[in-house]
Amino acid sequence: MSGYVETLLVLLMINIIAAYAAYLPLAVGQLNLSIAGFMAIGAYGSAWLAASYGLPLWASIPLGMTFAGLIGLAVAVPVLRTDGIYLSLATFALGEVITSAIINTPALGGAAGMPVTGYVGIIPIAITCAVLVAIMAYVNHSRAHVILTTVEKDPNVAAMFGVDVRWTKIACFSLGAALAGLSGALLGHHLNFIEAQRFSILASIYVVLYVLLGGTQTFIGPILGAAVFTLLPEALRASGEWRYVAFAALIIVVMVWRPNGLITRETILRKGA
Amino acid sequence: MLAQQLINGLSLGAVYALVAVAFTVSIGVLNFLNFSIPALFMISGMVSLGLMKSGFPWMLAVALGIATSIVASLVVERFTFKWMTKSGHLVPLVSSLAFLILFENLAIICFGSDLLPFPRLFGGGDGRLGGVVIGLPQILSLLIAVAAVALLAYVLKATALGRSVRAISESPQTATILGVQTGRIVLSVYALAGLLAGLAGILFAVNYAQVSWVMGEEVGLKGISAMILGGMGNIWGAVIGGLLIGLLEVLTIAYVSSDAVNLIVYGTLILVLVLKPTGLFGDRLAARERF
Repeated sequence: MSGYVETLLVLLMINIIAAYAAYLPLAVGQLNLSIAGFMAIGAYGSAWLAASYGLPLWASIPLGMTFAGLIGLAVAVPVLRTDGIYLSLATFALGEVITSAIINTPALGGAAGMPVTGYVGIIPIAITCAVLVAIMAYVNHSRAHVILTTVEKDPNVAAMFGVDVRWTKIACFSLGAALAGLSGALLGHHLNFIEAQRFSILASIYVVLYVLLGGTQTFIGPILGAAVFTLLPEALRASGEWRYVAFAALIIVVMVWRPNGLITRETILRKGA
Repeated sequence: MLAQQLINGLSLGAVYALVAVAFTVSIGVLNFLNFSIPALFMISGMVSLGLMKSGFPWMLAVALGIATSIVASLVVERFTFKWMTKSGHLVPLVSSLAFLILFENLAIICFGSDLLPFPRLFGGGDGRLGGVVIGLPQILSLLIAVAAVALLAYVLKATALGRSVRAISESPQTATILGVQTGRIVLSVYALAGLLAGLAGILFAVNYAQVSWVMGEEVGLKGISAMILGGMGNIWGAVIGGLLIGLLEVLTIAYVSSDAVNLIVYGTLILVLVLKPTGLFGDRLAARERF
């Protein structure tokens, strides 16, 4: 495998994990715009543990992930008091606060970035990604999916059937944050260098776009969306400076053509019948 | 020194205020966070610079630049709001972001990716008032911003167009039943967003004497923050929010450090959202009904 193909595949798998981080809150109707911020927490957390305490990667990466999840939980409780567009905007501000806090912390390298010890190759990343996809495929056909869909479509009905709507939302937000932390930690240990600028608000927006383009109704949507966003700009490389223009135009056309994302539940049901 | 910072902060805040009003009108009427506004902001600056370079007088170039922003906004309308009725509420968000990418990359193709110098239109117009340097562009941008918003407030309050806009923001269905031509009013809201963002882009370009393809992003994010701070859907709230964020930013750069700006601005924003989600001047009831 050439270095180019390998890098592209690793990036694709990390983007798929990040896409699930945005997918979980979206499944209950929350737009989390701080995915990149939680990725930064996971990446810097794991890098710091590995560098300062000499922790092996099998310990530091899950710890970085847990750390991101716990911060997600701590933030979710007050922030989820707000709803709808207010929640999205609060997470947007949160992402900016996280990255600028890192830039202002000399111990984490500040704006200059931070070298990361310990290398994660393509194989462990592929296994992690495959396990996650398998879990998501299972959830997609389980009772949990029904609960999440009900909470999204009509919280009152969900509450009537005994679902704790508030804690379902908090759980989805925090688990999403943990997944974002995981993808950030893997990215940091693969590149062996991280800088806060990489985890900007635009990076968060892109991750959310993966899911909205792919479709929020099934577990396949985030995979497809991440694949389109990672591979299409590469495929359009031949068109030179026009490639991002073509890319953006394609997204606009796709959203007009399939407003609920490329893959919907209907697509799958129709195939199955 | 402090007086100087206040002047600088207010003139930066005026630009944020205009962008915030563009956002707040979109969200208040259409319930949609229009992410193409940062691109509309950039388009007017870039296009008017391009026209001035090819020999147009500056007034015509500026007017055509703003007109281009308005036209671009109408193109965005064609592909976002038109499709909104039969799709999920996040689709227009995706499409408007795609337009941001599209317009920014078109700007790179037309004008290159470098920072371009913008001519000082009112060169040598700096006045001094007790040791404080007050640039003519600074005063003008503050005045123009306040005048534009005052005019907008008047139109919304006292004209037939304004009544229709307010009716749609209350309830699109009821407005349609009562004979408001929703399609036409929505078009005019987009045109207004283009006008405000385009005007802000020109003021920014003149004040800082530079333009680039990426100039809209940072200002756009601060504009969104100003809108939240003031309370969504409230245009005077957006103006005050914009001025406050401009002041906060300039004072942080002067007395803390330029790296701390985002930490302080967005940290304040989170505090406001957690403590009072409807912003400083938001109407809690109206917000709950509308969003």
